[in-house]
Amino acid sequence: MLKTRPYIPYLYCLPAVALLALVFGYPMIRVIDFSTRLVRGSSGPFIGLDNFRNTLDDPTFHDAWTHSLTLLIAVPIMLAISLLVSVLLYEQVRGWRIFRTVLFAPYVLAVPVAAIIASYLFQLHGAVNELFAAVGLDSLAIDWIGSEDYALMTVLIVIVWREVGFGIVLFLARLMSQDTDPLEAATIDGASWWQRLRHVVIPELRPTIEFYVVVSAITMLSSVFGYVFALTHGGPGTSTMVLELYIYNLGEVESAPGMASAVATILLAATTVLIALMFWVRRRATRRDLAESL
Amino acid sequence: MSAGQAVAVRRPRRSPLRAGGLLPHAVLVVAALCALGPLLFMLLTAFKTQKQYLNDVYGLPWPLTLSNFSEAIHGGELYTWLKNSAIYTVGSVLVSTVAAAFCAFAIARMRFRGQSLLLSINVALMVVPPVVMLIPLFAQFSDLGLVGTYRGVIAIYAGLTMPFSIYLLTSFFRTLPGELFDAALVDGASHLRVLRTVVLPLSAPALVTLVVVNSLWVWNELLIALVFLPEDDLKTLMVGLTTVLQGRFSLNVPVLMAGMVLASAPMLLLYFAGQRFFIRGLTAGALKG
Repeated sequence: MLKTRPYIPYLYCLPAVALLALVFGYPMIRVIDFSTRLVRGSSGPFIGLDNFRNTLDDPTFHDAWTHSLTLLIAVPIMLAISLLVSVLLYEQVRGWRIFRTVLFAPYVLAVPVAAIIASYLFQLHGAVNELFAAVGLDSLAIDWIGSEDYALMTVLIVIVWREVGFGIVLFLARLMSQDTDPLEAATIDGASWWQRLRHVVIPELRPTIEFYVVVSAITMLSSVFGYVFALTHGGPGTSTMVLELYIYNLGEVESAPGMASAVATILLAATTVLIALMFWVRRRATRRDLAESL
Repeated sequence: MSAGQAVAVRRPRRSPLRAGGLLPHAVLVVAALCALGPLLFMLLTAFKTQKQYLNDVYGLPWPLTLSNFSEAIHGGELYTWLKNSAIYTVGSVLVSTVAAAFCAFAIARMRFRGQSLLLSINVALMVVPPVVMLIPLFAQFSDLGLVGTYRGVIAIYAGLTMPFSIYLLTSFFRTLPGELFDAALVDGASHLRVLRTVVLPLSAPALVTLVVVNSLWVWNELLIALVFLPEDDLKTLMVGLTTVLQGRFSLNVPVLMAGMVLASAPMLLLYFAGQRFFIRGLTAGALKG
Protein backbone atom coordinates (compact mmCIF):
# COMPACT_ATOMS: atom_id res chain seq x y z
CA MET A 1 0.00 0.00 0.00
CA LEU A 2 1.12 3.49 -0.73
CA LYS A 3 1.34 6.27 1.82
CA THR A 4 -0.33 9.39 0.56
CA ARG A 5 -1.51 12.79 1.47
CA PRO A 6 -4.97 12.05 2.92
CA TYR A 7 -7.02 13.76 0.23
CA ILE A 8 -5.32 12.11 -2.76
CA PRO A 9 -7.34 8.84 -2.80
CA TYR A 10 -10.61 10.77 -2.60
CA LEU A 11 -9.49 12.96 -5.46
CA TYR A 12 -8.79 9.86 -7.54
CA CYS A 13 -12.20 8.39 -6.76
CA LEU A 14 -14.11 11.61 -7.28
CA PRO A 15 -15.00 11.40 -11.01
CA ALA A 16 -16.10 7.77 -10.78
CA VAL A 17 -18.08 8.29 -7.59
CA ALA A 18 -19.72 11.41 -9.02
CA LEU A 19 -20.91 9.44 -12.04
CA LEU A 20 -22.12 6.58 -9.85
CA ALA A 21 -24.05 9.07 -7.71
CA LEU A 22 -25.59 10.69 -10.79
CA VAL A 23 -26.64 7.47 -12.51
CA PHE A 24 -27.22 5.07 -9.59
CA GLY A 25 -27.27 6.81 -6.20
CA TYR A 26 -29.56 9.75 -6.64
CA PRO A 27 -32.04 8.00 -8.98
CA MET A 28 -32.30 5.07 -6.56
CA ILE A 29 -33.30 7.45 -3.77
CA ARG A 30 -35.63 9.34 -6.09
CA VAL A 31 -37.36 6.20 -7.32
CA ILE A 32 -38.44 5.41 -3.77
CA ASP A 33 -39.62 9.00 -3.33
CA PHE A 34 -41.43 8.90 -6.70
CA SER A 35 -43.23 5.72 -5.72
CA THR A 36 -45.12 7.66 -3.02
CA ARG A 37 -46.12 10.58 -5.25
CA LEU A 38 -48.49 11.38 -8.06
CA VAL A 39 -45.62 12.28 -10.33
CA ARG A 40 -46.04 14.83 -13.09
CA GLY A 41 -42.79 15.94 -14.63
CA SER A 42 -40.11 15.78 -11.97
CA SER A 43 -42.24 15.63 -8.83
CA GLY A 44 -45.80 15.72 -7.55
CA PRO A 45 -48.06 15.55 -4.48
CA PHE A 46 -47.53 12.87 -1.85
CA ILE A 47 -50.14 10.11 -2.13
CA GLY A 48 -48.82 7.55 0.31
CA LEU A 49 -49.06 3.98 -0.87
CA ASP A 50 -51.63 4.58 -3.62
CA ASN A 51 -49.17 3.76 -6.38
CA PHE A 52 -48.45 0.42 -4.76
CA ARG A 53 -52.17 -0.27 -4.31
CA ASN A 54 -52.90 0.57 -7.94
CA THR A 55 -50.01 -1.59 -9.03
CA LEU A 56 -51.11 -4.56 -6.97
CA ASP A 57 -54.64 -4.17 -8.38
CA ASP A 58 -53.33 -4.26 -11.94
CA PRO A 59 -53.55 -7.79 -13.37
CA THR A 60 -50.72 -6.93 -15.77
CA PHE A 61 -48.41 -6.46 -12.77
CA HIS A 62 -49.08 -10.04 -11.72
CA ASP A 63 -48.55 -11.25 -15.27
CA ALA A 64 -45.25 -9.39 -15.45
CA TRP A 65 -44.02 -10.93 -12.20
CA THR A 66 -45.19 -14.40 -13.14
CA HIS A 67 -43.50 -14.19 -16.54
CA SER A 68 -40.25 -12.77 -15.17
CA LEU A 69 -40.14 -15.61 -12.65
CA THR A 70 -41.11 -18.13 -15.33
CA LEU A 71 -38.12 -17.05 -17.39
CA LEU A 72 -35.95 -18.36 -14.54
CA ILE A 73 -36.61 -21.80 -16.07
CA ALA A 74 -33.96 -20.76 -18.57
CA VAL A 75 -31.33 -20.94 -15.83
CA PRO A 76 -31.31 -24.74 -15.28
CA ILE A 77 -31.75 -25.28 -19.03
CA MET A 78 -28.72 -23.14 -19.86
CA LEU A 79 -26.76 -24.70 -17.01
CA ALA A 80 -27.41 -28.22 -18.32
CA ILE A 81 -26.60 -27.35 -21.93
CA SER A 82 -23.47 -25.39 -21.14
CA LEU A 83 -22.14 -28.02 -18.73
CA LEU A 84 -22.68 -30.80 -21.25
CA VAL A 85 -21.25 -28.89 -24.20
CA SER A 86 -18.26 -27.51 -22.32
CA VAL A 87 -17.33 -30.97 -21.06
CA LEU A 88 -17.64 -32.39 -24.58
CA LEU A 89 -15.52 -29.55 -25.95
CA TYR A 90 -12.94 -30.22 -23.30
CA GLU A 91 -12.73 -33.82 -24.47
CA GLN A 92 -12.84 -33.30 -28.19
CA VAL A 93 -9.41 -32.02 -29.01
CA ARG A 94 -9.98 -31.77 -32.73
CA GLY A 95 -11.55 -28.48 -33.75
CA TRP A 96 -12.50 -27.38 -30.25
CA ARG A 97 -11.46 -23.82 -31.00
CA ILE A 98 -13.74 -23.62 -34.02
CA PHE A 99 -16.65 -25.02 -32.03
CA ARG A 100 -16.00 -22.51 -29.28
CA THR A 101 -15.92 -19.63 -31.77
CA VAL A 102 -19.18 -20.74 -33.36
CA LEU A 103 -21.01 -21.51 -30.12
CA PHE A 104 -20.11 -18.14 -28.64
CA ALA A 105 -20.99 -16.12 -31.75
CA PRO A 106 -24.71 -15.62 -30.88
CA TYR A 107 -23.64 -13.88 -27.68
CA VAL A 108 -21.89 -11.17 -29.70
CA LEU A 109 -25.07 -10.46 -31.64
CA ALA A 110 -27.17 -7.64 -30.22
CA VAL A 111 -30.29 -8.71 -28.34
CA PRO A 112 -32.68 -6.76 -30.63
CA VAL A 113 -31.03 -8.28 -33.69
CA ALA A 114 -31.37 -11.78 -32.28
CA ALA A 115 -35.01 -11.09 -31.45
CA ILE A 116 -35.85 -9.69 -34.90
CA ILE A 117 -34.24 -12.67 -36.64
CA ALA A 118 -36.26 -14.96 -34.37
CA SER A 119 -39.46 -13.09 -35.18
CA TYR A 120 -39.13 -14.32 -38.78
CA LEU A 121 -37.78 -17.78 -38.04
CA PHE A 122 -40.72 -18.47 -35.72
CA GLN A 123 -43.49 -17.09 -37.95
CA LEU A 124 -46.38 -19.43 -38.61
CA HIS A 125 -44.99 -20.14 -42.08
CA GLY A 126 -41.44 -19.34 -41.10
CA ALA A 127 -38.25 -21.31 -41.39
CA VAL A 128 -38.66 -23.30 -38.18
CA ASN A 129 -42.10 -24.61 -39.05
CA GLU A 130 -41.03 -25.34 -42.61
CA LEU A 131 -38.17 -27.39 -41.23
CA PHE A 132 -40.54 -29.37 -39.01
CA ALA A 133 -42.88 -29.93 -41.95
CA ALA A 134 -40.00 -31.07 -44.16
CA VAL A 135 -38.95 -33.77 -41.71
CA GLY A 136 -42.53 -34.87 -41.11
CA LEU A 137 -42.97 -33.37 -37.66
CA ASP A 138 -45.93 -31.22 -38.64
CA SER A 139 -47.40 -31.58 -35.19
CA LEU A 140 -44.52 -29.55 -33.80
CA ALA A 141 -45.28 -26.68 -36.15
CA ILE A 142 -47.09 -24.39 -33.75
CA ASP A 143 -47.88 -20.69 -33.77
CA TRP A 144 -44.74 -19.78 -31.83
CA ILE A 145 -45.26 -16.04 -31.52
CA GLY A 146 -48.92 -15.48 -32.29
CA SER A 147 -50.33 -17.83 -29.66
CA GLU A 148 -50.71 -16.79 -26.04
CA ASP A 149 -49.84 -20.32 -24.98
CA TYR A 150 -46.48 -20.50 -26.70
CA ALA A 151 -45.16 -16.94 -26.99
CA LEU A 152 -43.37 -16.92 -23.63
CA MET A 153 -41.76 -20.25 -24.43
CA THR A 154 -40.54 -18.81 -27.72
CA VAL A 155 -39.01 -15.83 -25.90
CA LEU A 156 -37.33 -18.31 -23.59
CA ILE A 157 -35.91 -20.29 -26.51
CA VAL A 158 -34.48 -17.14 -28.07
CA ILE A 159 -32.90 -16.09 -24.76
CA VAL A 160 -31.35 -19.52 -24.29
CA TRP A 161 -30.11 -19.50 -27.88
CA ARG A 162 -28.28 -16.22 -27.52
CA GLU A 163 -27.08 -16.51 -23.91
CA VAL A 164 -26.01 -20.14 -23.59
CA GLY A 165 -22.67 -19.55 -25.32
CA PHE A 166 -21.55 -17.52 -22.36
CA GLY A 167 -21.97 -20.44 -19.98
CA ILE A 168 -20.17 -22.78 -22.36
CA VAL A 169 -17.18 -20.49 -22.57
CA LEU A 170 -17.15 -19.85 -18.83
CA PHE A 171 -17.16 -23.53 -17.90
CA LEU A 172 -14.67 -24.41 -20.62
CA ALA A 173 -12.24 -21.77 -19.35
CA ARG A 174 -12.61 -23.21 -15.86
CA LEU A 175 -12.16 -26.80 -17.03
CA MET A 176 -9.06 -25.97 -19.00
CA SER A 177 -7.39 -24.27 -16.07
CA GLN A 178 -8.08 -27.06 -13.61
CA ASP A 179 -5.72 -29.67 -12.38
CA THR A 180 -6.05 -32.87 -14.41
CA ASP A 181 -4.58 -35.18 -11.75
CA PRO A 182 -7.84 -36.12 -10.01
CA LEU A 183 -9.34 -37.00 -13.38
CA GLU A 184 -6.41 -39.17 -14.34
CA ALA A 185 -6.55 -40.90 -10.99
CA ALA A 186 -10.26 -41.56 -11.45
CA THR A 187 -9.65 -42.92 -14.95
CA ILE A 188 -6.96 -45.29 -13.70
CA ASP A 189 -9.30 -46.43 -10.96
CA GLY A 190 -11.73 -47.43 -13.70
CA ALA A 191 -14.39 -44.77 -13.20
CA SER A 192 -16.82 -44.48 -16.09
CA TRP A 193 -17.34 -41.27 -18.07
CA TRP A 194 -20.51 -40.47 -16.17
CA GLN A 195 -18.91 -41.24 -12.80
CA ARG A 196 -15.98 -38.99 -13.57
CA LEU A 197 -18.34 -36.22 -14.62
CA ARG A 198 -20.46 -36.55 -11.51
CA HIS A 199 -17.84 -37.15 -8.89
CA VAL A 200 -14.85 -35.25 -10.19
CA VAL A 201 -15.77 -32.60 -12.75
CA ILE A 202 -18.98 -31.19 -11.28
CA PRO A 203 -17.64 -30.90 -7.70
CA GLU A 204 -14.59 -29.20 -9.15
CA LEU A 205 -16.78 -26.72 -11.05
CA ARG A 206 -19.14 -26.09 -8.18
CA PRO A 207 -18.11 -22.55 -7.31
CA THR A 208 -18.33 -21.60 -10.99
CA ILE A 209 -21.74 -23.25 -11.27
CA GLU A 210 -23.09 -21.33 -8.28
CA PHE A 211 -21.72 -18.14 -9.70
CA TYR A 212 -23.23 -18.82 -13.12
CA VAL A 213 -26.65 -19.61 -11.66
CA VAL A 214 -26.81 -16.32 -9.77
CA VAL A 215 -25.58 -14.27 -12.73
CA SER A 216 -28.06 -15.92 -15.09
CA ALA A 217 -30.92 -15.42 -12.65
CA ILE A 218 -30.08 -11.72 -12.55
CA THR A 219 -30.04 -11.61 -16.34
CA MET A 220 -33.46 -13.26 -16.55
CA LEU A 221 -35.01 -10.85 -14.06
CA SER A 222 -33.38 -7.68 -15.28
CA SER A 223 -31.88 -7.87 -18.77
CA VAL A 224 -34.52 -9.29 -21.06
CA PHE A 225 -36.12 -6.03 -22.18
CA GLY A 226 -34.55 -6.13 -25.65
CA TYR A 227 -35.90 -9.62 -26.33
CA VAL A 228 -39.53 -8.92 -25.53
CA PHE A 229 -39.49 -5.41 -26.97
CA ALA A 230 -38.25 -6.52 -30.38
CA LEU A 231 -39.91 -9.93 -30.52
CA THR A 232 -43.39 -9.59 -29.04
CA HIS A 233 -43.80 -6.17 -27.37
CA GLY A 234 -45.21 -8.14 -24.46
CA GLY A 235 -48.00 -9.71 -26.48
CA PRO A 236 -50.12 -11.34 -27.65
CA GLY A 237 -52.24 -9.78 -24.91
CA THR A 238 -49.94 -9.68 -21.94
CA SER A 239 -48.61 -13.19 -22.46
CA THR A 240 -44.96 -12.11 -22.64
CA MET A 241 -45.12 -9.03 -20.43
CA VAL A 242 -42.11 -8.94 -18.10
CA LEU A 243 -41.17 -6.53 -15.31
CA GLU A 244 -38.80 -4.39 -17.33
CA LEU A 245 -41.26 -3.88 -20.16
CA TYR A 246 -44.04 -3.22 -17.65
CA ILE A 247 -42.02 -0.45 -15.99
CA TYR A 248 -41.10 0.97 -19.39
CA ASN A 249 -44.73 0.93 -20.55
CA LEU A 250 -46.06 2.53 -17.36
CA GLY A 251 -43.45 5.26 -17.48
CA GLU A 252 -43.11 5.97 -21.18
CA VAL A 253 -46.33 4.87 -22.81
CA GLU A 254 -49.03 5.22 -20.16
CA SER A 255 -47.47 8.29 -18.50
CA ALA A 256 -47.78 6.85 -15.01
CA PRO A 257 -44.27 7.48 -13.65
CA GLY A 258 -45.45 7.15 -10.04
CA MET A 259 -46.77 3.64 -10.63
CA ALA A 260 -43.71 2.77 -12.68
CA SER A 261 -41.57 3.88 -9.75
CA ALA A 262 -43.58 1.73 -7.36
CA VAL A 263 -42.87 -1.31 -9.52
CA ALA A 264 -39.22 -0.28 -9.82
CA THR A 265 -39.02 0.01 -6.03
CA ILE A 266 -40.41 -3.50 -5.64
CA LEU A 267 -37.89 -4.74 -8.21
CA LEU A 268 -35.11 -2.95 -6.33
CA ALA A 269 -36.16 -4.71 -3.12
CA ALA A 270 -36.09 -8.04 -4.92
CA THR A 271 -32.69 -7.15 -6.29
CA THR A 272 -31.24 -6.78 -2.80
CA VAL A 273 -31.89 -10.48 -2.28
CA LEU A 274 -29.85 -11.13 -5.40
CA ILE A 275 -27.14 -8.78 -4.16
CA ALA A 276 -26.85 -10.83 -0.98
CA LEU A 277 -26.58 -13.98 -3.07
CA MET A 278 -24.03 -12.26 -5.26
CA PHE A 279 -21.78 -11.46 -2.30
CA TRP A 280 -22.04 -15.04 -1.20
CA VAL A 281 -21.03 -16.61 -4.53
CA ARG A 282 -18.48 -13.92 -5.19
CA ARG A 283 -16.63 -14.76 -2.03
CA ARG A 284 -16.54 -18.36 -3.11
CA ALA A 285 -15.80 -18.14 -6.77
CA THR A 286 -14.83 -14.90 -8.34
CA ARG A 287 -11.34 -14.40 -7.11
CA ARG A 288 -10.25 -17.64 -8.63
CA ASP A 289 -12.26 -17.33 -11.82
CA LEU A 290 -11.19 -13.80 -12.44
CA ALA A 291 -7.52 -14.45 -11.84
CA GLU A 292 -7.63 -17.41 -14.18
CA SER A 293 -9.76 -16.10 -16.95
CA LEU A 294 -7.78 -12.93 -17.46
CA MET B 1 -2.74 -12.77 -15.26
CA SER B 2 0.07 -14.27 -17.27
CA ALA B 3 0.03 -17.38 -15.11
CA GLY B 4 -3.67 -17.93 -15.69
CA GLN B 5 -3.25 -17.34 -19.37
CA ALA B 6 -0.47 -19.88 -19.60
CA VAL B 7 -2.63 -22.46 -17.87
CA ALA B 8 -5.49 -21.80 -20.22
CA VAL B 9 -3.33 -22.10 -23.33
CA ARG B 10 -1.38 -25.16 -22.31
CA ARG B 11 -4.09 -27.68 -22.95
CA PRO B 12 -3.53 -31.39 -22.70
CA ARG B 13 -3.71 -32.98 -26.15
CA ARG B 14 -5.72 -35.77 -24.72
CA SER B 15 -8.05 -35.05 -21.88
CA PRO B 16 -8.30 -37.80 -19.27
CA LEU B 17 -12.05 -37.42 -19.38
CA ARG B 18 -12.28 -38.56 -22.97
CA ALA B 19 -15.52 -40.31 -23.77
CA GLY B 20 -14.69 -41.17 -27.37
CA GLY B 21 -17.14 -42.30 -29.99
CA LEU B 22 -19.31 -40.50 -32.45
CA LEU B 23 -22.04 -39.34 -30.12
CA PRO B 24 -20.14 -36.46 -28.46
CA HIS B 25 -19.09 -35.12 -31.81
CA ALA B 26 -22.64 -35.39 -33.10
CA VAL B 27 -23.93 -33.41 -30.12
CA LEU B 28 -21.37 -30.70 -30.76
CA VAL B 29 -22.21 -30.50 -34.46
CA VAL B 30 -25.92 -30.16 -33.68
CA ALA B 31 -25.18 -27.45 -31.10
CA ALA B 32 -22.99 -25.59 -33.60
CA LEU B 33 -25.69 -25.78 -36.27
CA CYS B 34 -28.25 -24.40 -33.83
CA ALA B 35 -25.92 -21.54 -32.95
CA LEU B 36 -25.12 -20.73 -36.56
CA GLY B 37 -28.54 -21.31 -38.13
CA PRO B 38 -30.14 -17.95 -37.31
CA LEU B 39 -26.92 -16.11 -38.18
CA LEU B 40 -26.82 -17.82 -41.58
CA PHE B 41 -30.50 -17.06 -42.06
CA MET B 42 -29.78 -13.36 -41.55
CA LEU B 43 -26.73 -13.37 -43.80
CA LEU B 44 -28.21 -15.42 -46.65
CA THR B 45 -31.55 -13.61 -46.63
CA ALA B 46 -29.75 -10.27 -46.85
CA PHE B 47 -28.48 -11.28 -50.30
CA LYS B 48 -31.80 -12.52 -51.66
CA THR B 49 -34.49 -10.77 -53.62
CA GLN B 50 -37.89 -10.61 -52.01
CA LYS B 51 -39.08 -13.25 -54.48
CA GLN B 52 -36.22 -15.63 -53.77
CA TYR B 53 -36.91 -15.31 -50.06
CA LEU B 54 -40.62 -15.98 -50.39
CA ASN B 55 -40.08 -18.92 -52.72
CA ASP B 56 -37.47 -20.68 -50.69
CA VAL B 57 -36.43 -19.66 -47.18
CA TYR B 58 -33.63 -22.21 -47.19
CA GLY B 59 -32.36 -21.59 -50.71
CA LEU B 60 -29.00 -20.10 -51.44
CA PRO B 61 -29.05 -16.47 -52.57
CA TRP B 62 -28.21 -16.95 -56.22
CA PRO B 63 -27.84 -14.71 -58.14
CA LEU B 64 -26.57 -12.49 -55.34
CA THR B 65 -28.54 -9.32 -54.73
CA LEU B 66 -26.74 -6.34 -53.29
CA SER B 67 -29.53 -3.81 -53.64
CA ASN B 68 -30.95 -4.76 -50.21
CA PHE B 69 -28.00 -3.09 -48.56
CA SER B 70 -28.41 0.20 -50.36
CA GLU B 71 -32.15 0.06 -49.75
CA ALA B 72 -31.56 -0.54 -46.03
CA ILE B 73 -29.12 2.34 -45.91
CA HIS B 74 -31.48 4.74 -47.66
CA GLY B 75 -34.71 3.39 -46.16
CA GLY B 76 -33.63 4.53 -42.73
CA GLU B 77 -30.89 6.77 -41.47
CA LEU B 78 -28.39 3.97 -41.18
CA TYR B 79 -25.30 6.15 -41.52
CA THR B 80 -26.60 8.57 -38.92
CA TRP B 81 -27.43 5.75 -36.53
CA LEU B 82 -24.06 4.15 -37.13
CA LYS B 83 -22.32 7.44 -36.40
CA ASN B 84 -24.41 7.97 -33.25
CA SER B 85 -23.78 4.46 -31.94
CA ALA B 86 -20.07 5.00 -32.52
CA ILE B 87 -20.12 8.34 -30.67
CA TYR B 88 -21.98 6.96 -27.64
CA THR B 89 -19.79 3.87 -27.54
CA VAL B 90 -16.43 5.59 -27.89
CA GLY B 91 -17.40 8.47 -25.61
CA SER B 92 -18.81 6.43 -22.76
CA VAL B 93 -16.13 3.73 -22.88
CA LEU B 94 -13.45 6.41 -22.77
CA VAL B 95 -15.01 8.21 -19.81
CA SER B 96 -15.76 4.99 -17.96
CA THR B 97 -12.28 3.54 -18.45
CA VAL B 98 -10.39 6.68 -17.42
CA ALA B 99 -12.54 7.44 -14.36
CA ALA B 100 -12.50 3.77 -13.31
CA ALA B 101 -8.73 3.51 -13.71
CA PHE B 102 -8.16 6.38 -11.24
CA CYS B 103 -10.70 5.04 -8.78
CA ALA B 104 -9.47 1.45 -9.02
CA PHE B 105 -5.89 2.59 -8.56
CA ALA B 106 -6.89 4.35 -5.34
CA ILE B 107 -8.87 1.36 -4.06
CA ALA B 108 -6.21 -1.18 -4.95
CA ARG B 109 -3.07 0.71 -4.06
CA MET B 110 -3.86 3.38 -1.48
CA ARG B 111 -5.30 3.30 2.01
CA PHE B 112 -8.23 5.49 2.93
CA ARG B 113 -11.38 5.49 5.01
CA GLY B 114 -14.38 3.99 3.27
CA GLN B 115 -12.24 2.01 0.87
CA SER B 116 -13.80 -1.40 1.41
CA LEU B 117 -17.26 0.14 1.71
CA LEU B 118 -16.80 1.77 -1.68
CA LEU B 119 -15.81 -1.54 -3.25
CA SER B 120 -18.77 -3.34 -1.64
CA ILE B 121 -21.23 -0.71 -2.85
CA ASN B 122 -19.65 -0.98 -6.24
CA VAL B 123 -20.19 -4.75 -6.38
CA ALA B 124 -23.78 -4.30 -5.24
CA LEU B 125 -24.40 -1.79 -8.02
CA MET B 126 -23.33 -4.34 -10.62
CA VAL B 127 -26.55 -6.20 -9.82
CA VAL B 128 -28.99 -3.26 -9.94
CA PRO B 129 -30.97 -3.35 -13.20
CA PRO B 130 -30.86 -0.09 -15.18
CA VAL B 131 -34.66 -0.12 -15.48
CA VAL B 132 -34.91 0.67 -11.73
CA MET B 133 -33.31 4.07 -12.33
CA LEU B 134 -35.10 4.74 -15.62
CA ILE B 135 -37.97 6.98 -14.46
CA PRO B 136 -36.17 9.28 -11.96
CA LEU B 137 -33.13 9.43 -14.21
CA PHE B 138 -35.30 10.71 -17.02
CA ALA B 139 -36.90 13.36 -14.78
CA GLN B 140 -33.50 14.38 -13.48
CA PHE B 141 -32.00 14.62 -16.96
CA SER B 142 -35.00 16.56 -18.23
CA ASP B 143 -34.42 19.13 -15.48
CA LEU B 144 -30.77 19.34 -16.43
CA GLY B 145 -31.60 19.63 -20.14
CA LEU B 146 -29.60 16.48 -20.87
CA VAL B 147 -32.29 14.39 -22.55
CA GLY B 148 -31.59 14.01 -26.24
CA THR B 149 -27.97 15.10 -25.97
CA TYR B 150 -24.79 13.20 -26.72
CA ARG B 151 -23.18 14.15 -23.40
CA GLY B 152 -26.24 13.10 -21.39
CA VAL B 153 -26.38 9.63 -22.84
CA ILE B 154 -22.61 9.24 -22.71
CA ALA B 155 -22.77 10.09 -18.99
CA ILE B 156 -25.49 7.48 -18.41
CA TYR B 157 -23.62 4.75 -20.26
CA ALA B 158 -20.35 5.65 -18.55
CA GLY B 159 -22.14 5.48 -15.19
CA LEU B 160 -23.87 2.19 -15.92
CA THR B 161 -20.63 0.51 -17.02
CA MET B 162 -18.65 2.06 -14.15
CA PRO B 163 -19.26 -0.60 -11.44
CA PHE B 164 -17.97 -3.35 -13.65
CA SER B 165 -15.02 -1.24 -14.84
CA ILE B 166 -13.95 -0.39 -11.29
CA TYR B 167 -14.41 -3.97 -10.19
CA LEU B 168 -12.34 -5.44 -13.02
CA LEU B 169 -9.51 -2.92 -12.78
CA THR B 170 -9.34 -3.10 -8.98
CA SER B 171 -9.01 -6.88 -9.11
CA PHE B 172 -6.35 -6.56 -11.75
CA PHE B 173 -4.34 -3.80 -10.10
CA ARG B 174 -4.22 -5.90 -6.96
CA THR B 175 -2.47 -8.70 -8.80
CA LEU B 176 0.43 -6.42 -9.79
CA PRO B 177 3.49 -6.92 -7.54
CA GLY B 178 3.73 -4.29 -4.81
CA GLU B 179 7.49 -3.83 -5.15
CA LEU B 180 6.92 -2.07 -8.46
CA PHE B 181 5.05 0.70 -6.72
CA ASP B 182 7.38 0.97 -3.76
CA ALA B 183 10.43 1.23 -6.01
CA ALA B 184 8.84 3.92 -8.15
CA LEU B 185 7.70 5.92 -5.13
CA VAL B 186 11.08 5.66 -3.42
CA ASP B 187 12.50 7.15 -6.59
CA GLY B 188 10.21 10.08 -5.93
CA ALA B 189 7.61 9.46 -8.60
CA SER B 190 4.17 10.95 -7.98
CA HIS B 191 1.09 8.75 -7.88
CA LEU B 192 0.02 10.07 -11.19
CA ARG B 193 3.33 9.06 -12.69
CA VAL B 194 3.19 5.61 -11.14
CA LEU B 195 -0.27 5.13 -12.59
CA ARG B 196 0.78 6.37 -16.00
CA THR B 197 4.22 4.82 -16.37
CA VAL B 198 4.00 1.65 -14.25
CA VAL B 199 0.40 0.54 -13.81
CA LEU B 200 -1.26 1.35 -17.12
CA PRO B 201 1.42 -0.16 -19.41
CA LEU B 202 1.27 -3.38 -17.39
CA SER B 203 -2.51 -3.37 -17.54
CA ALA B 204 -2.89 -3.40 -21.32
CA PRO B 205 -4.61 -6.82 -21.42
CA ALA B 206 -7.09 -5.84 -18.68
CA LEU B 207 -7.78 -2.52 -20.39
CA VAL B 208 -8.38 -4.15 -23.77
CA THR B 209 -10.71 -6.64 -22.11
CA LEU B 210 -12.58 -3.84 -20.40
CA VAL B 211 -12.92 -1.80 -23.57
CA VAL B 212 -14.24 -4.82 -25.46
CA VAL B 213 -16.83 -5.77 -22.84
CA ASN B 214 -18.09 -2.23 -22.35
CA SER B 215 -18.17 -1.43 -26.07
CA LEU B 216 -20.21 -4.55 -26.75
CA TRP B 217 -22.64 -3.61 -24.01
CA VAL B 218 -23.09 0.01 -25.07
CA TRP B 219 -23.30 -0.80 -28.78
CA ASN B 220 -26.06 -3.34 -28.13
CA GLU B 221 -28.00 -1.39 -25.48
CA LEU B 222 -31.64 -0.64 -26.24
CA LEU B 223 -33.65 0.56 -23.22
CA ILE B 224 -31.73 3.74 -22.34
CA ALA B 225 -31.26 4.69 -25.98
CA LEU B 226 -34.98 4.25 -26.59
CA VAL B 227 -36.00 6.57 -23.76
CA PHE B 228 -33.29 9.22 -23.76
CA LEU B 229 -32.91 9.75 -27.51
CA PRO B 230 -36.34 10.56 -28.91
CA GLU B 231 -35.07 12.67 -31.84
CA ASP B 232 -34.50 10.93 -35.15
CA ASP B 233 -31.05 12.33 -35.74
CA LEU B 234 -29.78 11.11 -32.35
CA LYS B 235 -31.05 7.52 -32.54
CA THR B 236 -28.68 4.59 -32.16
CA LEU B 237 -28.50 1.60 -34.47
CA MET B 238 -30.45 -0.60 -32.07
CA VAL B 239 -33.24 1.94 -31.74
CA GLY B 240 -33.29 2.59 -35.47
CA LEU B 241 -33.54 -1.14 -36.14
CA THR B 242 -36.36 -1.82 -33.71
CA THR B 243 -38.44 1.33 -34.15
CA VAL B 244 -37.87 2.30 -37.79
CA LEU B 245 -36.51 -0.52 -39.95
CA GLN B 246 -38.44 -3.33 -38.26
CA GLY B 247 -41.69 -1.53 -38.98
CA ARG B 248 -40.87 -0.14 -42.40
CA PHE B 249 -39.52 -3.38 -43.85
CA SER B 250 -41.60 -5.92 -41.95
CA LEU B 251 -42.85 -7.18 -45.31
CA ASN B 252 -39.52 -6.87 -47.08
CA VAL B 253 -37.47 -9.23 -44.97
CA PRO B 254 -34.29 -9.24 -47.11
CA VAL B 255 -33.88 -5.47 -46.69
CA LEU B 256 -34.43 -5.73 -42.93
CA MET B 257 -31.86 -8.52 -42.72
CA ALA B 258 -29.41 -6.44 -44.75
CA GLY B 259 -29.85 -3.62 -42.24
CA MET B 260 -29.17 -6.00 -39.38
CA VAL B 261 -26.09 -7.42 -41.08
CA LEU B 262 -24.74 -3.88 -41.34
CA ALA B 263 -25.62 -3.18 -37.70
CA SER B 264 -24.00 -6.39 -36.46
CA ALA B 265 -20.96 -6.34 -38.72
CA PRO B 266 -18.71 -4.13 -36.56
CA MET B 267 -19.05 -6.30 -33.45
CA LEU B 268 -19.02 -9.62 -35.32
CA LEU B 269 -15.88 -8.64 -37.26
CA LEU B 270 -14.17 -7.51 -34.06
CA TYR B 271 -15.18 -10.79 -32.47
CA PHE B 272 -13.80 -12.97 -35.23
CA ALA B 273 -10.62 -10.88 -35.38
CA GLY B 274 -9.90 -10.81 -31.65
CA GLN B 275 -12.12 -13.39 -30.06
CA ARG B 276 -9.78 -14.14 -27.20
CA PHE B 277 -10.42 -10.64 -25.86
CA PHE B 278 -14.15 -11.19 -26.05
CA ILE B 279 -14.05 -14.60 -24.45
CA ARG B 280 -11.54 -13.62 -21.81
CA GLY B 281 -13.29 -10.37 -21.11
CA LEU B 282 -16.78 -11.73 -20.88
CA THR B 283 -15.86 -14.64 -18.65
CA ALA B 284 -13.87 -12.31 -16.42
CA GLY B 285 -16.77 -9.91 -16.60
CA ALA B 286 -19.30 -12.54 -15.72
CA LEU B 287 -20.57 -10.40 -12.89
CA LYS B 288 -21.97 -7.91 -15.32
CA GLY B 289 -24.85 -10.26 -16.02
